[in-house]
Amino acid sequence: MAVTTLGSEDETRRIALRKAKNAVIQDRVFFWLTLASAGLVVALLIGVIVSLLIGAWPALSTFGLNFITTERWSPAKEIFGALAPIYGTLITSLIAMLIGIPVSFGIAIFLTELCPPFLRRPIGVAIELLAGIPSIIYGLWGFFFLAPFLQSTIQPFLIATLGQVPLIGVLFGGAPYGIGLLTAGIILAIMVLPFITSIARDVFQTVPTLLRESAYGMGMTTWEVVWSIIIPYTRVGLVGGVMLGLGRALGETMAVTFVIGNSHRISTSLLAPATTISATIANEFAEATGGLYTSSLIALGLILFVITFAVLAFAKWLLARTALK
Amino acid sequence: MTYAGRRARNNVAMALATGAAIIGLFFLFLILATLLYKGFTAISPRMFLESTPPPGEDGGLINAIFGSVAMTLIAVVVATPIGILAGTYLSEYSRGHWLGEVAKFINDILLSAPSIIIGLFVYTIIVVPTSHFSAWAGSVALGLIALPVINRTTQDMLALVPSSLREAAAALGTPRWKGMLSVVYRAAQSGILTGVLLAVARVTGETAPLLFTALNNQFFSTDLGAPIANLPVVIYQFATSPYEDWQRLAWGGALLITVTILILNIVARWISGARTNPQ
Repeated sequence: MAVTTLGSEDETRRIALRKAKNAVIQDRVFFWLTLASAGLVVALLIGVIVSLLIGAWPALSTFGLNFITTERWSPAKEIFGALAPIYGTLITSLIAMLIGIPVSFGIAIFLTELCPPFLRRPIGVAIELLAGIPSIIYGLWGFFFLAPFLQSTIQPFLIATLGQVPLIGVLFGGAPYGIGLLTAGIILAIMVLPFITSIARDVFQTVPTLLRESAYGMGMTTWEVVWSIIIPYTRVGLVGGVMLGLGRALGETMAVTFVIGNSHRISTSLLAPATTISATIANEFAEATGGLYTSSLIALGLILFVITFAVLAFAKWLLARTALK
Repeated sequence: MTYAGRRARNNVAMALATGAAIIGLFFLFLILATLLYKGFTAISPRMFLESTPPPGEDGGLINAIFGSVAMTLIAVVVATPIGILAGTYLSEYSRGHWLGEVAKFINDILLSAPSIIIGLFVYTIIVVPTSHFSAWAGSVALGLIALPVINRTTQDMLALVPSSLREAAAALGTPRWKGMLSVVYRAAQSGILTGVLLAVARVTGETAPLLFTALNNQFFSTDLGAPIANLPVVIYQFATSPYEDWQRLAWGGALLITVTILILNIVARWISGARTNPQ
């Protein structure tokens, strides 16, 4: 529409046209603002990866593959091997999952199949609220209550019983320190409970009522409905929820830092002090005096990021495949 | 299997599920109860009037409370418009475009990524170039944690706005941006506000990213270019110290943070009437 043809038109039409033109420009500006903001999210991820790579490079180029295969961590001699923190991260998360998964699934089954309807909502809400409590609170509780409790009661018991059994005895040997892999694993298990439970409950609720009622109608018991109908139907979503919980456990910092003991030695005993990637960074980063020490800690961060990214991406992919919105 | 056997098995399984629920809830409430008990015995007016004390003396947390509030405010004020705009693109404009799909995926990853990594990132891009720890660096770290939360809730909330509203605005000749601002955002405003409150709640308890960005400060400071005291780091340092006064203050601070977060979560739920905790 050329403006010249409207040259003789009245004022109002010219204003209308100008407004329309302005609207097109404003629309474009708004669009680019939204696009730039979304682009920022992508740029953020790329920035994180690039900055970690650059920061980690001195350590990775000095130690090469030895960085992840050796245990020795000596800031004084500038020799750094990350095997102990990697081991600690994996073992604490494994303990957390071994305890957390059955208990979370139990709570989810209780909530969807057994719980009296008037309790269902309050308990569900309570669990979601508990998921919002920051990890430092769990760490504080673990440090002042769980660790002393384990040290004085559970751990001496484990050492006296399981510790004497051949083969698995090495897992429960040594002295009861209170802090260590087992304590950190238990704290993590309590922390991931709300996450896994609320996802498990949500995916259990995606089972069509028709399917559930048909199974009950055939005379199946509640357990048989759960085991042969609900769990197979929601399998993918459940694994997704577990992976999401695992992602949290692997990267969790404060809850673990309080109770892990910060020791760079790999011990066969689960009761011994240890360290994890995130706890090492939290404990040592502010004191690391530049150079290879800082770089090694950033390299630890890079390893943690790669592991959690893979786990979380897998979780997202699985959850996207379920009927969950 | 006989009917009796099946029923016995069912009873065992259901007893285990009920037991799991009782044990799990017991521990979660035990933590809350401990916190309430230790926290309430620690809270006193001095906590809100004095700064963190040297070891062995009584004192308060006002410098840490101020630092936490200041950094949270800066973080959320900056992250909110960016998060809403990003959520707008991903929900309204991208329509299956690859950038949109990638950004949605990345945002969901950032939502659950370890926050200590964000701390490392901000350390390398802000603390190293400016060569000192600062409240600004802490604010940026918190902002980067708030951003994905606001972005995700905005996406979810805009998706709930019926298209007929957008079409009605367009049919009246409203430019799209104006339709977004005065029709779509207005329809979704309570949901978006929920997202912002959840972001504040999430940021309030974050400790790991502040350890080596904002660091800590024993004194009351309003200088955003210098290290600043903040509740999470004070709690961490005081709790692990051998001094009883410090440990008591740590519990008081922990209660303060938890109550703030629970209130924010409850208000957010109440406003939206929907579920919280975007995963």
